[in-house]
Amino acid sequence: MVERYVLSIDQGTTSTRCILFDHQGRLVSVAQREHQQYFTQPGWVEHDATEIWANLGRIVPRALENAGVGPGQVAAIGIANQRETTVLWDRRTGVPIGNAITWQDTRTDALVDELRRTTGDDFFLDRCGLSPTTYFSAPRIRWLFDHVDGLRERAERGEVLFGTVESWLIWNLTGGPDGGLHITDATNASRTMLMNIRTLSWDEELLGYFGVPRAMLPEIRPSAERYGVARALLPDVRIGAALGDQQAALFGQTCFAMGEAKCTYGTGSFLLMNTGTDPVRSRHGLLTTVGYKIGDEPTVYALEGPIAVTGSLVQWFRDRLGLIHSAPEIETLARTVEDNGGCYIVPAFSGLFAPHWRSDARGVVVGLTSYITKGHLARAVLEATGWQTREVIDAMNADSPEPLKALKVDGGMTANNLLMQFVADVLDVPVVRPMVSETVSLGAAYAAGLAVGYWPDLEGLRRNWHRAGQWMPTMDPARREAEYENWRRAVERSLGWMRS
Amino acid sequence: MAGPVQSIERAAAILRLLAQGSGRLGLGEVSAALGLAKGTAHGILRTLQSVDFVEQDKETGKYQLGAALLHLGTSYLDINELRSRSINWADALAARSGEAVRLGVPLEGKVLIVHHVFRPDDTFQTLDVGSLLPLHASALGKVLLAFGATPLEPVMEAEPEGYTRHTLTSHQQLGRALGEIREAGWAAAVQEMIMGEADIAAPIRGQGGLVVGAIGVSGSVERLCDSRGRPDPPLVGLVRDAARAVSRDLGAARW
Ligand SMILES: Nc1ncnc2c1ncn2[C@@H]1O[C@H](COP(=O)(O)OP(=O)(O)OP(=O)(O)O)[C@@H](O)[C@H]1O
Repeated sequence: MVERYVLSIDQGTTSTRCILFDHQGRLVSVAQREHQQYFTQPGWVEHDATEIWANLGRIVPRALENAGVGPGQVAAIGIANQRETTVLWDRRTGVPIGNAITWQDTRTDALVDELRRTTGDDFFLDRCGLSPTTYFSAPRIRWLFDHVDGLRERAERGEVLFGTVESWLIWNLTGGPDGGLHITDATNASRTMLMNIRTLSWDEELLGYFGVPRAMLPEIRPSAERYGVARALLPDVRIGAALGDQQAALFGQTCFAMGEAKCTYGTGSFLLMNTGTDPVRSRHGLLTTVGYKIGDEPTVYALEGPIAVTGSLVQWFRDRLGLIHSAPEIETLARTVEDNGGCYIVPAFSGLFAPHWRSDARGVVVGLTSYITKGHLARAVLEATGWQTREVIDAMNADSPEPLKALKVDGGMTANNLLMQFVADVLDVPVVRPMVSETVSLGAAYAAGLAVGYWPDLEGLRRNWHRAGQWMPTMDPARREAEYENWRRAVERSLGWMRS
Repeated sequence: MAGPVQSIERAAAILRLLAQGSGRLGLGEVSAALGLAKGTAHGILRTLQSVDFVEQDKETGKYQLGAALLHLGTSYLDINELRSRSINWADALAARSGEAVRLGVPLEGKVLIVHHVFRPDDTFQTLDVGSLLPLHASALGKVLLAFGATPLEPVMEAEPEGYTRHTLTSHQQLGRALGEIREAGWAAAVQEMIMGEADIAAPIRGQGGLVVGAIGVSGSVERLCDSRGRPDPPLVGLVRDAARAVSRDLGAARW
């Protein structure tokens, strides 16, 4: 029998990856290509959507070649993508209207401040589960209408289409101007600020509020469903799934039960907890988002806590302070001392994200004495990631009906044993690393494989998940409390530093 | 025997030159001082720079001795870096082989475990990172000995402990085994430390081919070996593939 595989596309912030997985969920081949970042003005970060589509055209054949696999052996395609990044394009020509505006782009900050001031968070929280930040897509569409002549009119006439990156890729894969499917999935749509979080349909009031014409919007579909077959790149192969990258990681980590959570530790970190089939409205500074929706089954919701600065603090320590040569060396340096020596670093480089949401905060180093060495600073850098995780988990436990029992982790920082032990210590739950670290790609593959029957059900997927490592909490509770108290006092000192 | 290699002689001369006086010289100064064509001097300086023996000042473009020269005797690859760079390959090895994977480096006459991936069967296991194994009674250790990552003499002087009847304890036995390992490119230790247990390992090479560590699988003899106690060839292949993949990532060109 000819072996069949699921092909996963991870369209990320810095690169696009194509990975083939086999039936046991093992990685068979990888091809990757970076794309250009355009920093056209301070705070602006753009991508060229045409380049991203062209890159896909190169990596898909390479991934197949590496594995010696033909398109006929691909059971399904699953897509995971950078979330919230906004692409507008011409329906007839398929040419994007300017560059894609990425999730990191802060050009809408004045607009967002105004929305919060004049309308208040509750209006938005009630409808889309989010309070306005520069992450989300709707303020960006509004910004484009305000700055590109005639764009709103063209959008109203249905000449211009909007999509996040998965919509753009699916439209191109399924024929582009020649009958391409204009769809998005519920997880991606839940990051636009335009979708009603309960009905999973475009919300009339929000559309009216942002002045976004319905004609430009994609159809919202489940995250796993047979959307259609590809016509470009992989002719006749079924496209079976699309999810935002963090939701894909939640799925790849098989967090299928209420209360299960994962944290992806990269440049920034994203903690998502499955909260079951009812959306939980956070009272503690978390985002309510769609976790996944499989076919006709009930929607599964998640609470999300994004942390802006974790791995990037290590990068700062390496590149700006020059105290280490590579990120992993921070562990070596931190192990030259027993503890933090009383030193704490709050990395509020551009304010604090979840659960504080304080744009007036700036970074602080507290507890400096003549005793402090670079080893203590290295500890404080790693501990900052641990305590920021703890704050998000505390908020989740306060909001969610089901307290956290264990945390599944992935991302580059999970190679750091000292950090993973510290996270287990401060959370007081086991921290578990899975054997496939490419959880984003795996999640997209799982969802697509499920849609086409390559995998039978969630239980089957769970059996593919294996523990590669585990850290058990060992910290003395009194010490944990005292340290947390110190951290909280350090956070207080970071607040209000920026004067408006 | 072949004569001296000219480019190495020239590299040595450049290092001696940089070690003198102020220790900061431009390309023109180096080539003039040694009577070399600029292109030749530049090629050698670039190579020395790539192995961190020479550094170039970003602003002035002048060359000086690199930090790596000062630490020649000590391990130049950080163990946490080694873990970060090998973690994906180690996971893949565990997933493919179905066995626990460990990475070891030499530390004071022992093998220090720097990374450990659980056997993918979801039984309760605890991380071995930080524990020490004997050099002479583990495949990881024998690889480190065979490829010169750590010297054999101290092991012999300390009279290697016999853990089981299979442990190699004499100079002669160990010497012959290490020769075979060099020949084969991998090692196995079958019931040499604990009865019923075995491990298989292969060398991880860094820049220039220097062995910086070993990666291997470990588990029960029944799973790792055939009925006559010989390591399972497909498993050996997986271990060697993983070792080569990590080595390539670390910049060992030929492996
Ligand atoms: N051993 C380590 N200890 C601490 N931090 C580390 C370690 N290894 C990597 N990092 C940090 O992790 C981050 C990289 O992780 P990862 O590759 O998962 O990033 P990412 O945000 O997913 O990037 P991309 O989207 O390009 O994949 C960097 O910020 C780096 O500083």
